[in-house]
Amino acid sequence: MPVAVRPDTAVAVAPGVHWVGALDPAMRSFDIILRTANGTSYNAYVVRGSEGVAVIDTVKANFSADFFARLETVADYDKITVIVLNHLEPDHSGALPELLHRAPKARLYISHQAQTMLKGLLDWKTVKDRVVTVGTGDEVSLGDRTLRFLNTPYLHWPDTQCTWLEEEGVLFSGDFLGCHYCDPRLFNDAVGDFRFSFEYYYAHIMRPFREHVREALDLIEPLPLHVIAPAHGPILRDDPADYVRRYRALSSSSLHSINTKTLLVFYISAYGATRRMAEAVAAGAEESGEVRVSLYDIEGSEPQPFVDLIEEADALLFGSPTINGDAVKPVWDLLSSLTMVDVKGKLGAAFGSYGWSGEAVPMIEDRLRRLKLRVPVPGVKARLSPTEDEFAACRELGRQTALHLLGRAEHRTIDMASLA
Amino acid sequence: MPKATVTFEDIGVTVTVPAGTRLIEVSEKVGAGITYGCREGECCTCLTKVISGHEHLAAPSVLEDQVLKDNLAPRHHRLACQAQLLGGTIVVKPA
Ligand code: FES
Ligand SMILES: [Fe+2]
Ligand SMILES: [Fe+2]
Repeated sequence: MPVAVRPDTAVAVAPGVHWVGALDPAMRSFDIILRTANGTSYNAYVVRGSEGVAVIDTVKANFSADFFARLETVADYDKITVIVLNHLEPDHSGALPELLHRAPKARLYISHQAQTMLKGLLDWKTVKDRVVTVGTGDEVSLGDRTLRFLNTPYLHWPDTQCTWLEEEGVLFSGDFLGCHYCDPRLFNDAVGDFRFSFEYYYAHIMRPFREHVREALDLIEPLPLHVIAPAHGPILRDDPADYVRRYRALSSSSLHSINTKTLLVFYISAYGATRRMAEAVAAGAEESGEVRVSLYDIEGSEPQPFVDLIEEADALLFGSPTINGDAVKPVWDLLSSLTMVDVKGKLGAAFGSYGWSGEAVPMIEDRLRRLKLRVPVPGVKARLSPTEDEFAACRELGRQTALHLLGRAEHRTIDMASLA
Repeated sequence: MPKATVTFEDIGVTVTVPAGTRLIEVSEKVGAGITYGCREGECCTCLTKVISGHEHLAAPSVLEDQVLKDNLAPRHHRLACQAQLLGGTIVVKPA
């Protein structure tokens, strides 16, 4: 087994490439939403060329001392010509201000999208002239080594990019293909079994950006990968392409694919009124005969299986009674789980019965809009026992939503004043 | 009161609005697919493609111009949280 990393020592990753990151074994909860059973690492790297030295990413601010100590064993600050930040989140940009200060000749290479964020991180006026924004196809030479940039946004921030060292086949992938797993043995063939961490990281960080994951993979798959050097967790030198294949599989449809549009009606009902409304919505949606319609009682499942279903669905309709001026908790539990997947642009709608106020419907509609769904058909509320007219409105809600899915909704012309 | 007419192509809805209304106010009310983050012209989440009638929108502020540039927005794209509808007929969809 290879020797574990020692303090103050850089670790060779490939010819002319060193790891100069930091280990954080005590970390248990990351970005609030992520847990890790054995900490994480902030991986930073140095690439030495015949005419310059590049530092790729830094570490979280309170680990700066480890980073600079390791960096100093392989590079003089005066020789550093290039600093690349693949992602500006504080866990990677923490030591950036100090590094810019210590390495006065270095220019900073970030994605085009990162520029706005950098302004929030540093005094823009003082660094402006040292910043180079780059995209796919751009490169920077270190003499006998060249760094090429791949613009891979939304993995998991707008600013993320990857950097490719062609001569050694090393991909510096940022958070992409990383995981929160701290092991001083550093390399994937030497560390403990981190497969669950890799999958967990994907599920929580990358899955909501599935579309962007696929686009990034399109850029990465053709590369002759020798090593993937992510910004967290093990360095992937043993069969790196296998991890790319795993991402491809994870970002493909999680369910058996069907080629009809799917519309899901979720409801929860206290006295049966919202259930009967849901049945009317579903019946209306069925009218076209071309949309696959499903009806689910939220009480019948935990959120997770529904979330898998929702990821693949095209339209989501939610029925909730109003109790104490609000939609009920199981509905909110389900809606709050939707940040785990990409729901942007799907169709949404709401309906439900109420006793005297009926806030649930507009509150759900609002939440759906905030989740970036389109909500083109106004919801339906019914007081206590729905009337025939109200059932008809429910059927129409289903029917119109299905027509929107099929791209056949009639064009509506309305006056702003008529909108609530 | 002067009016403008804006069409949200993604949901097939045309709305008549009082001149001076911001695109965000209308698109939210009708449930179009334009999405929002900061609502203050900083995050570029609300980037919108103006298919026609861009001349009927108030010219972008210096700040909006900068954000559009930083985010490499193509021609005739605007921030829905900033763009005001001045009159005429405008057709938009999410970028
Ligand atoms: S919502 Fe952030 S720029 Fe418009
Ligand atoms: Fe990150
Ligand atoms: Fe990170």
